[in-house]
Amino acid sequence: MLVFSEGDKEGKLITAADVPAGGPPVHAWPKDPNTSVVRSASRLNEILIIKLDPAELDEKTRARAVDGIIAYSAICSHAGCPVTAWVKSDAGDKEVFKCMCHNSEFDPREGAQVVFGPAPRRLAALPLALVDGSLSVAGNFIGKVGGAQPG
Amino acid sequence: MTDSAGRARVRRGRIRRWADDGTNDKNSQQEFKWLKRGTSMTRKQWLLSGFVAFTCLASTAAVSGPIENYSPVTAQRLENPEPGNWMLYRRTYDGHGYSPLDQINASNVKNLTPVWTFATGVVEGHEAPPIVNNGVMFVATPMGQVIALNAKTGDEYWRYKRQLPDDLFQLHPTSRGVGLWEDKLYLATTDDHVVALDAKTGKVVWDTKVQDYKKGQYMTLMPLIVEGKVIVGGSGGEFGVRGYVAAYDAKDGKELWRTYTIPGEGEPGHDTWQGDDWKNGGGSAWMTGNYDKETKTIYWGVGNAAPWPGETHPGDNLYTSSVLALDPNTGKIKTYHQYHQNDSWDWDEVEAPMLIDLQRDGRNIKSLVHPGRDAIFWVLERTPTKINYVAGWPFVSTDVWKGIEPESGKPIVDPAHKPVIGKRVEFCPSLWGGKDWPSAAYSQKTGLVYVPANENFCGGFTGEKVALKPGELWLGTKPEDIGLKTKPGADHFGELQAWDPATGKKVWQHNFPKSQLFGSVTATAGDLVFVGGTNDRNFRAFHAKTGELLWEQKTNSGIMGMPVSYEIDGTQYIAIQSGWGVDAQRIQDALATNNIGIEANVPQGGVIWVFALKK
Repeated sequence: MLVFSEGDKEGKLITAADVPAGGPPVHAWPKDPNTSVVRSASRLNEILIIKLDPAELDEKTRARAVDGIIAYSAICSHAGCPVTAWVKSDAGDKEVFKCMCHNSEFDPREGAQVVFGPAPRRLAALPLALVDGSLSVAGNFIGKVGGAQPG
Repeated sequence: MTDSAGRARVRRGRIRRWADDGTNDKNSQQEFKWLKRGTSMTRKQWLLSGFVAFTCLASTAAVSGPIENYSPVTAQRLENPEPGNWMLYRRTYDGHGYSPLDQINASNVKNLTPVWTFATGVVEGHEAPPIVNNGVMFVATPMGQVIALNAKTGDEYWRYKRQLPDDLFQLHPTSRGVGLWEDKLYLATTDDHVVALDAKTGKVVWDTKVQDYKKGQYMTLMPLIVEGKVIVGGSGGEFGVRGYVAAYDAKDGKELWRTYTIPGEGEPGHDTWQGDDWKNGGGSAWMTGNYDKETKTIYWGVGNAAPWPGETHPGDNLYTSSVLALDPNTGKIKTYHQYHQNDSWDWDEVEAPMLIDLQRDGRNIKSLVHPGRDAIFWVLERTPTKINYVAGWPFVSTDVWKGIEPESGKPIVDPAHKPVIGKRVEFCPSLWGGKDWPSAAYSQKTGLVYVPANENFCGGFTGEKVALKPGELWLGTKPEDIGLKTKPGADHFGELQAWDPATGKKVWQHNFPKSQLFGSVTATAGDLVFVGGTNDRNFRAFHAKTGELLWEQKTNSGIMGMPVSYEIDGTQYIAIQSGWGVDAQRIQDALATNNIGIEANVPQGGVIWVFALKK
């Protein structure tokens, strides 16, 4: 299960309807459905969930999406900062995820590959599923969570 | 066993394992050299012998052997350093950034040539001066490394590599150097520890946790060493911390005192805050202080108030954007001067003022000189009990100040250019100011102050009220809303300026048409001023009297760090780290996005460069 990690609904379950089409992303923690523990003790667990037009997604990304909803690690692959912004890219016309520490940008339509800045690799992707209208995690991270060098 | 001691033990264990596996570059290189010197072992044999050697010895220092004949650092040597050494951040306690060496001078600097280089192996901003003590060089790099080298040959003695936590995020992945005392070195880390290393071996002697990195508390500065005390200040103004300066016993890492830069309840100056604003009011202290050895007073610069818009923390907000005069034995605040009140522009005033004896208006002044991030060139007078305002003038154009009150020295703000909640406000210069942390220098020979300034940059943002979440950015605006704009028709950005602080006259200026200037300046008795700081990756020497460009060398990356000069066996050397990143890179991204013809690609990766005259 996934719950909001910030805002008025912090701690509440995220449903498909909670994710606005076209962004911005919702910030989330995973929650263990058996123990009800929200896995927020490490900031490395924070996740970005965004809903995009499935037609915009590349094939691999579309395969992981539920109704156009896709999820990625919120931790930048450069210096480990949180990826907080959803803004127009410095390198194109599309809106992208941006880390405001050092300006790295990631395109969620193409597996969150790096489109600008010092980040060396894409954000780790998290496969999703819909269970009774709520979003849940369908598998392990694809790719490595965290910065390039320690810290 | 304390937590910090426990951590130290764990880390030493890790280093041992790291050395054991024999696969890292350094070990391989050393093995290779050793093999080349004439042994004819098979690869298997030397791997095996390497394994045995590393298992028997407890540190990476085993590779090249410990430093022999290391010169212990004393109070006397720090107060009156030998001309050939660079043992403090700015070489001397007065913060001049001046070397008395003159073998390399204005007439022969054209023959300056690289002697050796050394790759640090990491990216991001290399901001530390190579520290030199009688032929041994210590270089701090991003990601918590210290490298000990033979300053003459460039051969490595040892390398310390801190294992930073996986969940640490570094807004400013850098270090500005290691402090020296007796036979130890002191590193302040981005995971907020002070670590003491054995200078001869690189082994950890003690490791003290200062605050909690998970709350956005971290350090990047070079510790100031005064009479056996390791003095540091915290970063984190952008995370809503309450800043402090703290001292540790150089012998064992015990905390001796901690002085918050924002007064608590009942302390003088607390009434310049309202409600609970002081608890998260910023005032970080992330640059090394200077020291008046006559009066035994430390002068320490204090950063901006938090969050940025002043409307969120009404009042003068002592001691943000100030200089504090501290007693090194107790940490007691002797006096202070606040450069500007109710900071709203992210204008840290963390670079400590230079202690300069001036003849001004017919009298001798023991001055404090500070070209501020707030665009004002400040001249103050220090007395044992007070800091008096003497003069101030804008050294780059600014629309924020309408003038300075002549008695108090308080700048008069134009409200049209002071950020507020709910409305976008533009101001010049940008939030990086007229001059950010890269240090100015003072030449005792020319009597001039050399300032790495930036002109024609403006900034702006829309202030908003945001609740503080410990460990998360807390700027009082959306980070994506922060702008850097260039003035229409601007024909240059970076300026290297030479000012006479006695008269307030600018003597010369060198303009950089296509680059910011974001690097520390060093002056020498050879009538030279050295500086990097530009996006064309050049390292340059200027004539200290005229500003004429005398020499330049293209390096691997951009230079943000501080040039130093030292001498071994009668040869004068100039050393610098080239390694672009952090704020130089941030400005670069903004500049390259909005302006055609600006260099967009400044490759990252650190290299230590050492130069001498061609023989």
